[in-house]
Amino acid sequence: MPALLDIAGISIAFGGLKAVQDFSLALAPGDLQGLIGPNGAGKTTVFNLLTGVYRSTTGTVRLEGRRLDGLKPHQIARAGVARTFQASRLFGDLTVLDNVRIGCQLRTPFRLLATVLRTSRQVGSERHIRDRSETLLTTFGLAGRRNDLARNLPYGDRRRLEMARALATDPKVLLLDEPAAGMNAQEKTALRELIRAVRGQFGVTILLIEHDMGVVMDICERITVLDYGVTIAVGPPAEIQRDPKVIEAYLGTS
Amino acid sequence: MASAPQTAIRPTPAAWTILPRNAGPLALGLGLALILHFWVQPASGAFKTKVLLDIGINIILAVSLTLVNGFTGQFSIGHAGFMALGGYIAGAITYYGSFRLFGDAGFQGGILSWTTSQGSFVGPILGAGDLLFLVACIGGGLVAALAGYLVGLPSLRLRGDYLAIVTLGFGEIVRVILQSSRPQLYLAAEITSTSWPRLFTQLGGALGFILLPSYTTLFWVYFFVALTLVVTYRIKRSSYGRAFLSIREDEVAAEAMGVPTTRFKVRAFVLAAFFAGVAGSLFAHSIGGINAGELGFQKSFDVVIMVVLGGMGSISGSTLAAIILTILPEALRTVTTWANQYLPTEYALPDLRMIIYSLALILMMILRPQGLFGLHEIWDLWRRRGRAPSRPL
Repeated sequence: MPALLDIAGISIAFGGLKAVQDFSLALAPGDLQGLIGPNGAGKTTVFNLLTGVYRSTTGTVRLEGRRLDGLKPHQIARAGVARTFQASRLFGDLTVLDNVRIGCQLRTPFRLLATVLRTSRQVGSERHIRDRSETLLTTFGLAGRRNDLARNLPYGDRRRLEMARALATDPKVLLLDEPAAGMNAQEKTALRELIRAVRGQFGVTILLIEHDMGVVMDICERITVLDYGVTIAVGPPAEIQRDPKVIEAYLGTS
Repeated sequence: MASAPQTAIRPTPAAWTILPRNAGPLALGLGLALILHFWVQPASGAFKTKVLLDIGINIILAVSLTLVNGFTGQFSIGHAGFMALGGYIAGAITYYGSFRLFGDAGFQGGILSWTTSQGSFVGPILGAGDLLFLVACIGGGLVAALAGYLVGLPSLRLRGDYLAIVTLGFGEIVRVILQSSRPQLYLAAEITSTSWPRLFTQLGGALGFILLPSYTTLFWVYFFVALTLVVTYRIKRSSYGRAFLSIREDEVAAEAMGVPTTRFKVRAFVLAAFFAGVAGSLFAHSIGGINAGELGFQKSFDVVIMVVLGGMGSISGSTLAAIILTILPEALRTVTTWANQYLPTEYALPDLRMIIYSLALILMMILRPQGLFGLHEIWDLWRRRGRAPSRPL
């Protein structure tokens, strides 16, 4: 199957530190892949490169053949790559509903004059945005909290809201940055189900950064391991677990 | 995870329903403006009328700045610059325009521009001068908006303090340029023989731009107040406004959600500058003149204080703050006079009112650091506590 997202040899250095070197990865439609590595290996930097927060100095990123590298973050979001953030970056002083609405409105055009005059089309698209947002909130079990401020949500709800907000932009590829961070065992189990269900229901292709090996090994079909910005292993979970280089990267040499 | 229940997608309303959605606010705004003009103004003296005019102009300034400082989370302290620019441009349009059209800068307006203290009035509802004045208000607003665009484009890459310094600098540059403009022309023959582009440079310099025809009445001020309020409120409750708010909340996340943050920051700036320009036009025609010297950073700070006090992002809050902060210094004059009669002459405090005013500001900021209403509107207070405003569209 041809790759949906084709990452070919991207790199970035901060001063002398080569944070990511020659990183390549291909996601086929419907894939659920994992990106792991010790702290500071450059995983989040890869996400920042993919979403245009940083600009890669080498290589290309293609979504369905279209070049994404060099585009601004909002253009990449429009092209169909959405992400969540490691540290929650919700719009804290806005309501849960508004957080999702901001994601939804990417696919619904709005203009200043139409907004000020409240034209029929404008009222219609605002309704559409609201209805879609409500549906998403129901799907993620957040409907009862729609009017709460995002910063007042408990931790688990925040992570789900991050995901709902990213999915609201109607992406083709979803990048999840440590969705299980800070969760207890029970929440982690629920999260696995949620990620699987998201893939099934929204038809998105997922790339996942995760520290929790249980989660990664369970749900990912293929895993890429980074260490000091370099890809040291690629393969299915069972292979990765046995890979001596991976074990060395995590546990150190004896 | 439950399977997604399909919410019924509501149909788009029919096109003709645009009328009631706009006729209501329009009638309300016009009604308020008319009541103030025909009932309140004749009943108040010249002083009270002036305070009411100032309140309206300050509401326009504060509410428009809320778009930038409140919604979008940028820190602009150059709002008076846009106001001055709009005021001078509008003044040039009415003053020189009157000479060109009517032969002198006399009053050519209708009853809506007439203040009863000037005597009884016989004439049309709208005069030719009123139309010129309206063109001037819009023109002043548009030129200020253009300036907002030019300032916004390069400087909105800057954040926080750096942007504040740039806007402060902009305001001062505008003031200095206007104060060093060429002398005003007073003779009809001179004015008609001078080209329009050149007339826009003859703005009176350090003496200020004077003898402008007085068209600004409570009607016009509160007509524009209503316009400003409706426009900003509708923006706040829409995708447009949420795009602004997302920038304030988290710029990186806003970009990731597909909001072109730079573009929206510039738009907030342009919109705010437009209304500031209109406010300047109203100001210039209320006292028959405008002097950039009065519209320095002190005036910008006054507006910022209104926005901060009202609550960053609260339209009704900044409106209320504009009302309070315009009345307070005036009301405190009485207190000053009263207090000073008990003080020995050598210890008299002629500026006691400003001390009290400053203390009141400090107190309010200590007691309510989030401003009077935070992001909320006044009517949100009647909703459930601890819940954010939510209103179905």
